[in-house]
Amino acid sequence: MRYFDPYDADAPLMMSCACGRHASAAAHEAASAASATRELIRRSQTTAFEDYSNDFIEASLVKAVFPQDAVRRRFLRAVGKGAAMAAISSVLPVASLQAMAQDKGAIEKRNLKIGFIPITCATPLIMAEPLGFYSKQGLEVQVVKTAGWALVRDKMMNHEYDASHFLSPMPLAITMGLGSNPQPMNVATIQNINGQAITLALKHKSNRDPKNWKGFKFAIPFEHSMHNFLLRYYLAEAGLDPERDVQLRVVPPAEMVANLRAGNIDGFLGPDPFNQRAVVEEVGFIHLLTRDIWNGHPCCAFGTSTEFIQKNPNTFAALYRAVLTAAAMARDPRNRELIAKVVAPQAYLNQPEAVLTQVLTGRYADGLGNIVNVPARVDFDPMPWQGMAVWMLTQMKRWGYIKGDVDYKQVAEKVFLLTDAKRAMREIGQQTSDGSAYPKYEIMGKTFDPNKAQAYADSFSIRKTPA
Amino acid sequence: MNEPKTLRAKAALLSAFFIAFILLVWYAATLPTKTAAPTLTAEQSEYAKLMGKDPQAGGGAASKSAFPTPAQMGSAIVGHLSDPFYDNGPNDKGIGLQISYSLARVGLGFSLAALFAIPLGFLIGMSPLAYRALDPFIQLLKPISPLAWMPIALYTIKDSSISGIFVIFICSVWPMLTNTAFGVVGVRREWLNVSRTLQVTSMRKAIEVILPAAAPTILTGMRISMGIAWLVIVAAEMLVGGTGIGYFVWNEWNNLSLTNVIFAILVIGLVGMALDLVFAKAQKAVTYAE
Repeated sequence: MRYFDPYDADAPLMMSCACGRHASAAAHEAASAASATRELIRRSQTTAFEDYSNDFIEASLVKAVFPQDAVRRRFLRAVGKGAAMAAISSVLPVASLQAMAQDKGAIEKRNLKIGFIPITCATPLIMAEPLGFYSKQGLEVQVVKTAGWALVRDKMMNHEYDASHFLSPMPLAITMGLGSNPQPMNVATIQNINGQAITLALKHKSNRDPKNWKGFKFAIPFEHSMHNFLLRYYLAEAGLDPERDVQLRVVPPAEMVANLRAGNIDGFLGPDPFNQRAVVEEVGFIHLLTRDIWNGHPCCAFGTSTEFIQKNPNTFAALYRAVLTAAAMARDPRNRELIAKVVAPQAYLNQPEAVLTQVLTGRYADGLGNIVNVPARVDFDPMPWQGMAVWMLTQMKRWGYIKGDVDYKQVAEKVFLLTDAKRAMREIGQQTSDGSAYPKYEIMGKTFDPNKAQAYADSFSIRKTPA
Repeated sequence: MNEPKTLRAKAALLSAFFIAFILLVWYAATLPTKTAAPTLTAEQSEYAKLMGKDPQAGGGAASKSAFPTPAQMGSAIVGHLSDPFYDNGPNDKGIGLQISYSLARVGLGFSLAALFAIPLGFLIGMSPLAYRALDPFIQLLKPISPLAWMPIALYTIKDSSISGIFVIFICSVWPMLTNTAFGVVGVRREWLNVSRTLQVTSMRKAIEVILPAAAPTILTGMRISMGIAWLVIVAAEMLVGGTGIGYFVWNEWNNLSLTNVIFAILVIGLVGMALDLVFAKAQKAVTYAE
């Protein structure tokens, strides 16, 4: 890179930064992040956004309590809006969200520490800080960058963090005591859906058929992760046994890119922005986005311990509201470019803004010379459907992480904070139907019915646990 | 005196020459490969832009090697050193602050280790029974990598910063312990005999005879411990995260920013050297030249 180029039409004569108003490129970036933050704050303060985010939160709540549309309608018709809202308040700690908007004095714990791993999945959690969504709820939140998933687990378990960014299977695993002492955890929201990819080393660019991938070495960020389950699923669908035909290694994301460069691994199913980073570093290409395996799959989650929620219901409600507001903001594609600027600096993701923009807007270079346009590459849909948890459990069972019988729904309902309609309806003496939070999912052309979880877990021919 | 002076000057000249040579090789190795900007279609030019190679930015951007040029390195160093103590919240602190966190951890863990190891070393050195009884434990625990303690520390102490200090403690203990014991055992027989004929109390014997005699060895142990502690803190902080120079390296590694990682390596080296110098000076001060 040339430092002094007087012939560059775009460079200022001071030869400092692109816009010419700052002393250095770093100062320019800081200023552009600051102006992006200001603009997003301005947008968040418009009445249009406030209405939108209130609706968004309320819709999330009602969806949480009445995941089945038919049940929700029947219920609302039967009891009316007021009674329905009262019923919701009686079952969910998040019900105090309504009260929160008016009464901010009831917070039990004002200073909170929230952990995050610097990847794009954490976007709502992170951006809520600079945009002031936490302080708006009366909370003093420190979002703390954490060095790895195992550490997130440990710091949640020893109460250093009040709440954290999780891989969505992690709270399930911690609750069940897989790889740790059991301690009940809850998923409050899914942080993002989709947003991962399989990235392969450039030397494999003409070997795109997974059937030929025997002997490949793949990296995944953590065992109890969607990355692990989706990669195993994808490979098994192609007829490879992920336990025997390939090597799966747990590797931190930054090292995935470095290992790819070194030829140490053939590919990885990893979190963004590292897929895009591998492309920009010219060491890999994006083979497929995980949304092509399961469109709308959950990735990371936001959650905390059950104990924290029980001890601090109002604090939790305020926190929940702040994160949901951020999710509402992040869902809007028009905000994505600005968000990339806000989360790019050193304190948050510490990544080149251009890489984040490509991930968040879905217009990206694939590493093979093509520009791909997938606006839904990442989305921020906060609903922690229990059916998703059941799928994760079936995969944990399939690959031997869980031994013995599992009551899929019981675990899912314990961990994923969606209180089912049945309880809400029974509370006010209504007849209940079988409807619950278990929509069916389409995963690589196969339908998964959470109501038949055990049969599904047993249906795979490639699996670890004996039938 | 003239001879060593010229030697020193020559050595300095040679060192300077080595540095210049390294910089030159570095510069040559990272020289951007200039390619004439080809005429690109709109799509190609957007692709290049997405790949971080702005075709409008002149031919200079052609080399996108991750390895920094000496000039980039220099500006990174200047950037970091111009404001070493800024504090932008928990995840973004200046290099000076990070170093201070690491030094504080090392200092605390090291002092605790000294408080524990030096008296125990004395005991072991003075009592053959204690020596024999404790030796198997020392032999077993000494070769364990301090970082192997980290998961256990995190799990039992339940606090990551104390765990970091514990790891420093555990790695500093052994060299101090064994060196103190060795120094105490090695005190000259004659001096001990003199103290016996003078019938001094054992406390007085320990403080006025053994301690001065063993001090150089004890300080050697401390110097070795400090060296190990400084090696370990970087790795420990990379694991635990939060603050410190190790965390800084981890954070920049996560960003795949080799420039900043190299900068951190230089800083780690300089601080380690300074720590070693301090102990070398102390060692010199207590050594009795016969």
